[in-house]
Amino acid sequence: MTDIQATDAASGAGGTAEDDAFRVIEARELCLTFETNDGPVHALSNVDLTVDRGEFVSFIGPSGCGKTTLLRVIADLEKATAGTISVNGMSPEEARRKRAYGYVFQAAALYPWRTIAGNVALPLEIMGLDKAERAERIARNLELVNLSGFERKFPWQLSGGMQQRASIARALAVEPDLLLMDEPFGALDEIVRDHLNEQLNQLWDRTNKTVIFVTHSIPEAVFLSTKIVVMSPRPGRVHDVIDCNLPRERTLDIRETPEFLEIAHRVRDGLRAGHAYDDE
Amino acid sequence: MSRSVPLTVLAGGIALLAGLAIQIISADAVWSPSYGLAAALLAGSYLLAIVWRHGAAAAFLLLATVHLAAIPLIGHIGHGEGEMGPAYWALLISGWLAAWTSVTRLTAAARAVPPSAKQAINLLIPFVFGVWLILIWEAVTRGAGVPQVLLPAPSAVWAKLIASLPILWADFVQTFMKAVIAGYVLGCGIGFGTAILVDRSPFLKRGLMPVGNMVSALPIIGVAPIMVMWFGFDWQSKAAVVVIMTFFPMLVNTLEGLSASSAMQRDLMRTYAASYSQTLLKLRLVEALPFIFNALKINSTLALIGAIVSEFFGTPIVGMGFRISTEVGRMNVDMVWAEIAVAALAGSAFYGSLVLIERTLTFWHPSNR
Ligand SMILES: Nc1ncnc2c1ncn2[C@@H]1O[C@H](COP(=O)(O)OP(=O)(O)O)[C@@H](O)[C@H]1O
Ligand SMILES: [Mg+2]
Repeated sequence: MTDIQATDAASGAGGTAEDDAFRVIEARELCLTFETNDGPVHALSNVDLTVDRGEFVSFIGPSGCGKTTLLRVIADLEKATAGTISVNGMSPEEARRKRAYGYVFQAAALYPWRTIAGNVALPLEIMGLDKAERAERIARNLELVNLSGFERKFPWQLSGGMQQRASIARALAVEPDLLLMDEPFGALDEIVRDHLNEQLNQLWDRTNKTVIFVTHSIPEAVFLSTKIVVMSPRPGRVHDVIDCNLPRERTLDIRETPEFLEIAHRVRDGLRAGHAYDDE
Repeated sequence: MSRSVPLTVLAGGIALLAGLAIQIISADAVWSPSYGLAAALLAGSYLLAIVWRHGAAAAFLLLATVHLAAIPLIGHIGHGEGEMGPAYWALLISGWLAAWTSVTRLTAAARAVPPSAKQAINLLIPFVFGVWLILIWEAVTRGAGVPQVLLPAPSAVWAKLIASLPILWADFVQTFMKAVIAGYVLGCGIGFGTAILVDRSPFLKRGLMPVGNMVSALPIIGVAPIMVMWFGFDWQSKAAVVVIMTFFPMLVNTLEGLSASSAMQRDLMRTYAASYSQTLLKLRLVEALPFIFNALKINSTLALIGAIVSEFFGTPIVGMGFRISTEVGRMNVDMVWAEIAVAALAGSAFYGSLVLIERTLTFWHPSNR
């Protein structure tokens, strides 16, 4: 195992200057309250989070615990009402303007008037890349998600799983160092999901990207992550942060090992405790 | 497979037999060889409809026979204009039912043919419908001797149309090519531009929308004379009326279209740090296309009505509206109908070409794919 990064740096709030250079996300006492007609909804309450470069961090928790909201705050799609957050040492807005991240939404959100290749080309056109560069990135990233040969199909001609893979290719084509993924495999069947999990693990291992990944699935979280953030609802908050020190390179067989099952067990306990706390 | 005879065939056959019976027993029924030929061809059609029921070939043969029968059916009127009795009307009804049967058979056959042929059949069906509308119109007006002033026969309108082509063309140029096109392009263009501005500025939205709403509610008979005073008698004042009529539908539809994109699609553009104009061009305007075309289609009709009607309120001595108002005064109703035919043709061609452009530009929309 080549675990170069200090993956257990979650507690390193008072790190040195070198640590800060590796810091991708730094959130302190983050709060976000939605004002709705039925009164305020506390989507995030006093959330602390640290993510270092090269980490794979999963957010797990029941529906409505603020996973999506936290990801959207990082992406500057939502503004925190209190607390501080920095992305790559900048405000989320600056980071977004510098195209610091790629975002994969829960639904594929492909444009129906563009072909699959055209959809992957969209961010590249916006970035102003030339045609040759665009063609190269489209081919490479569609290959990566096993969609070579579907370039000229329109999204509605593809299955849901293929559409979601195209949307992942679209996020990867931007070549961001940080990937934000909101339940990207939630709507896919088990087999496709396993396959994409393996591919995502390889991609992350090879490119040393930082990934923040929202999921409902405990095995998926444990298989992919270096760190699992267990969240609980009402108000949305971080209940526990569990380190996941499996080797960086993983195959699906790892899911049978005692180490894997041990971590999965701890995550499940964390989720249960979060609920119990909620019921008081 | 059912052996029962379809209702249209049954009713048509009975009408045919009843017509023949009346023809034979009634002393004052008009007789001509055309009547006999039409009856024979219709009898052949019904026989065919009963014997050979399935497939595109049978349907087309039936269609051909029925329309062949239509020729002597109309020709027979020449032997007694305004003197047609029950024997003839029964035959006409029988012919119409035979045509109906052939269209039903064609629709059924269209399910089993390749898509290209299906498209041709789908075009043929409204055409057959239109042909029989005109046939019945011709037969009723001439056969029953309906006065010209009430409703001229299509053949009379056609004759008038051919005889007055230069006048009709001049009117068409004045009203359609000048007033309608200029007013339509300006009205839709300004409406679209205003929508883009209003979309960017909430202040404009609150200030302008009520005013626009009011302008669109102005009655054309009030606006048209004022425009004549402002812009003179020629086509410019008519174009101004068209601008007023088309502006608001375009404004409202474009505004609605600009907010048609989903929040997720707009968030996606935000994550790419796309500029306002990039989001507008690559996402919002594309999503707005179906709405914009909706306005373009509504406006094509409004523009034609607006230009024609506003010519009732002062115009040089040319133009479709001018012609209609003066020829009505002279009781030249066939000329009025000839202008109406030109307007209908121009309006349908205008509308149809918009639909074609829309289909190619919004092929991706769930309603088109
Ligand atoms: N735009 C919004 N307006 C009001 N309430 C919202 C909005 N977005 C999310 N919420 C609420 O915030 C809470 C957290 O939502 P979310 O982050 O989507 O949860 P998760 O992704 O964990 O299922 C939920 O109670 C949800 O109803
Ligand atoms: Mg969510």
